[in-house]
Amino acid sequence: MYRIVDKRELADKITLFVLDAPLVAANARPGQFVILRVDEQGERIPLTIASTEGGKVTIVVQEVGKTTAHLRSKEIGDALADVAGPLGTPAHIEKLGTVVCVAGGVGTAIIYPEAKAFKEAGNKVITLMGARNKSLLFFTDELAQVSDRIIYATDDGSFGHHGFVTDLLQQLIDEGTTIDLVVAIGPIPMMRATCELTKKYGIKTVVSLNPVMVDGTGMCGACRVTVGGETKFCCTDGPEFDGHLVDFDELAARNCQYVDKERLSYSMYEEKRGCGGRCHG
Amino acid sequence: MRRTVSRIRKRIDMPSQDPAERRRNFQEVALGYSPEEAVEEASRCIHCPKQPCVAGCPVEIDIPSFLKLIAEEKFGEAAAKIKEKNSLPAICGRVCPQENQCEGVCTLGKRGEPIAIGALERFAADWERLNAAEQKLPEAGKQEGKVAVVGSGPAGLTVAAELARMGYEVTVFEALHVPGGVLSYGIPEFRLPKDIVRHEIEYVQSLGVKLLTNVVVGRTITVDQLFDEGYDAIFIGAGAGLPHFLNIPGENLNGVFSANEFLTRVNLMKAYEFPEYDTPVKLGKKVIVVGAGNTAMDAARNALRLGSEVTIVYRRSRQEMPARLAEIHHAEEEGIEFRLLTNPIRIIGEDGWVKAMECIRMELGEPDQSGRRRPVPVPGSEFVLECDSVIIAVGQSPNPILTKNLPGLEMTKWGTVVVDPETMQTSIPGIFAGGDIISGGTTVIEAMGDGKKAARGISAYLQQKARV
Ligand SMILES: Cc1cc2nc3c(=O)[nH]c(=O)nc-3n(C[C@H](O)[C@H](O)[C@H](O)COP(=O)(O)OP(=O)(O)OC[C@H]3O[C@@H](n4cnc5c(N)ncnc54)[C@H](O)[C@@H]3O)c2cc1C
Ligand SMILES: Cc1cc2nc3c(=O)[nH]c(=O)nc-3n(C[C@H](O)[C@H](O)[C@H](O)COP(=O)(O)OP(=O)(O)OC[C@H]3O[C@@H](n4cnc5c(N)ncnc54)[C@H](O)[C@@H]3O)c2cc1C
Ligand code: SF4
Ligand code: SF4
Ligand code: FES
Repeated sequence: MYRIVDKRELADKITLFVLDAPLVAANARPGQFVILRVDEQGERIPLTIASTEGGKVTIVVQEVGKTTAHLRSKEIGDALADVAGPLGTPAHIEKLGTVVCVAGGVGTAIIYPEAKAFKEAGNKVITLMGARNKSLLFFTDELAQVSDRIIYATDDGSFGHHGFVTDLLQQLIDEGTTIDLVVAIGPIPMMRATCELTKKYGIKTVVSLNPVMVDGTGMCGACRVTVGGETKFCCTDGPEFDGHLVDFDELAARNCQYVDKERLSYSMYEEKRGCGGRCHG
Repeated sequence: MRRTVSRIRKRIDMPSQDPAERRRNFQEVALGYSPEEAVEEASRCIHCPKQPCVAGCPVEIDIPSFLKLIAEEKFGEAAAKIKEKNSLPAICGRVCPQENQCEGVCTLGKRGEPIAIGALERFAADWERLNAAEQKLPEAGKQEGKVAVVGSGPAGLTVAAELARMGYEVTVFEALHVPGGVLSYGIPEFRLPKDIVRHEIEYVQSLGVKLLTNVVVGRTITVDQLFDEGYDAIFIGAGAGLPHFLNIPGENLNGVFSANEFLTRVNLMKAYEFPEYDTPVKLGKKVIVVGAGNTAMDAARNALRLGSEVTIVYRRSRQEMPARLAEIHHAEEEGIEFRLLTNPIRIIGEDGWVKAMECIRMELGEPDQSGRRRPVPVPGSEFVLECDSVIIAVGQSPNPILTKNLPGLEMTKWGTVVVDPETMQTSIPGIFAGGDIISGGTTVIEAMGDGKKAARGISAYLQQKARV
């Protein structure tokens, strides 16, 4: 049993949970994730470890379907059926000079522990943070604290630059900033666009991929991605890879594999939840 | 009663579900003996003096004695007799390749049909479970020593049960949320009901074994940390879970799975009960399974039960198929088509999804190192098979997650762990291994046999350690 010891709404449909999972917390490093199941009928889903403290693991979850919705419905004191981890190869953190962290959407939560680690390793950290609109921005204070500079962008212009994070990156490059590494984490189109840009300038870029996973231990191959023409298992070889070598088209296509079933599952859940509210509320 | 004219009576066939019926459900295919049938079959044993059957069983079950107890209708005592040596009898009785083990060497087999030892083992274990008549085994005194077991497949469970019965403190660490290894995620419900696996694992726990799921040793906790926490010896039974692919174009298209992924979704995550259970699986109308081992048969028969037409594609001929004969028969009876001497060369896609598979015909050439005749492609014989899903079941090797972080651990070039065949100790003192991680993949009972030897090896190691 893995008890929820804290819960906070961070933004629209984005929730932070602190879980009691001492074994996971003990060895977790930036870039790693857990696989959890909400209950006995539940699916195994991967979520990044945003931070750890004294036997507690913090995760940030964005509701996109049945399992994430079900998870968000859980309250402090409730327990989750399973939390396994830390999984994945930890991020490679070293002193490089200037590291630009490009975060999009819920990728903000995933990039946070890395930005912090890069900062602690003595790098200058510039964070470019993007979201569809202002209500989806979160962790701004946390990231600002570990960044030497932080710039925002929203698709609709409701906060910061009106446009994409890639515009901000282009500006940095145009200003003549020397960039030793870009870490880009967020939706696939954002990571792809970032990589296309940095490739032109020959700036090394690391991305964190999010294929569908089952076991998360290298046992099933559901998470396979093509990197530099080779098949890799994201859960053990990744989740971080050299962004210039990633086949994003394949990743995007593979992530749609279950769309119809996922929709069915989500709408059934919403219906149940909706009715529950009406009948008892 | 079916007595025949020959001196040796004929074996009593175990009833099974009709193929036309079972191909659309997930219930168990083989139905098991009635008590009358079991008594009759067990009483066929002539208690030959040499008892070769016992040596044919890797965990050394006293077969003649338990057969005698069944013949005397002492079913509970028969189960207890089996459990002196085997903590997972209902499982072994179902999945052991008995024809190559105990039954393969039974004296009666020379002039007639061997005793159905597996079916009787299953009967005794099922009878005990259903009649809640578990007999307590004598308890050993407590021994000094704490052992960590990595992996809860048949190898790990056996080491744990044996050591617990000797009086050691044992904890099993399992990466997945359910213990059992291949018994839980690989072998389908219709061959090995998961309730039975659960029951036998609970039995192992009742012997005093502690079991922790969701612990990936090497990530959640390292081997060094286990030693630091006071474990005196470690057994690695992490299996051979890393699936192989064919490395042909189109293998990452949507609709292509490893058998492990497909079987895990269906067996472990219960995708056949979606949306009751959250994990989906998606198969098209026409499914091709590549390979002809037990894993391929299981994948094919699972796919059939989900409502697809299934074809098995295999590059060698019928004689070389590695699956058990009974499983091949079952698959054929249920209506699975076999395309032998056929090798996939490319998976063809449309809009990111599988649409067809290009294959080439093969013929058998000279024997290779394995002694099997090597299949060679027939030039110009390429052809296309339509399909919407492909399941790759061409073998697996040990998962390196744990072993790659153990400097000094001797490995073979196939990624298996090297052990002393007597003690099962690896090149690192205090670390033992057994099961698929040392063999690359064999059988449940071989893995259990390894576990048994390792338990003795570990006990000897701990005794010696206590002395110095
Ligand atoms: C290494 C890794 C780290 C991640 N970290 C986070 C995180 O910190 N916060 C966060 O909100 N999300 C994270 N995700 C994504 C998260 O796992 C998915 O959003 C979640 O699984 C969706 O489940 P669902 O049932 O709610 O939605 P579904 O309706 O099942 O799926 C919606 C979409 O999510 C993806 N998805 C579905 N099932 C899985 C699965 N089993 N594994 C992975 N992706 C799946 C698919 O693209 C799918 O189209 C991470 C994914 C990976 C691979
Ligand atoms: C589909 C299929 C069908 C089969 N059918 C038969 C059959 O009918 N009869 C037969 O005799 N044999 C059969 N086999 C073979 C048999 O199942 C295996 O030989 C046997 O299960 C091996 O046992 P094991 O204990 O070595 O490993 P496994 O059963 O593979 O168990 C290993 C366990 O270790 C866990 N693990 C791995 N790494 C770690 C880690 N780092 N930390 C913690 N836990 C870890 C895994 O999650 C797994 O649960 C079949 C195999 C497959 C795949
Ligand atoms: S465990 Fe397997 S080999 Fe041993 S007696 Fe039973 S069926 Fe035969
Ligand atoms: S070999 Fe066959 S006949 Fe002889 S004791 Fe064993 S089971 Fe009985
Ligand atoms: S999720 Fe199964 S191998 Fe990566």
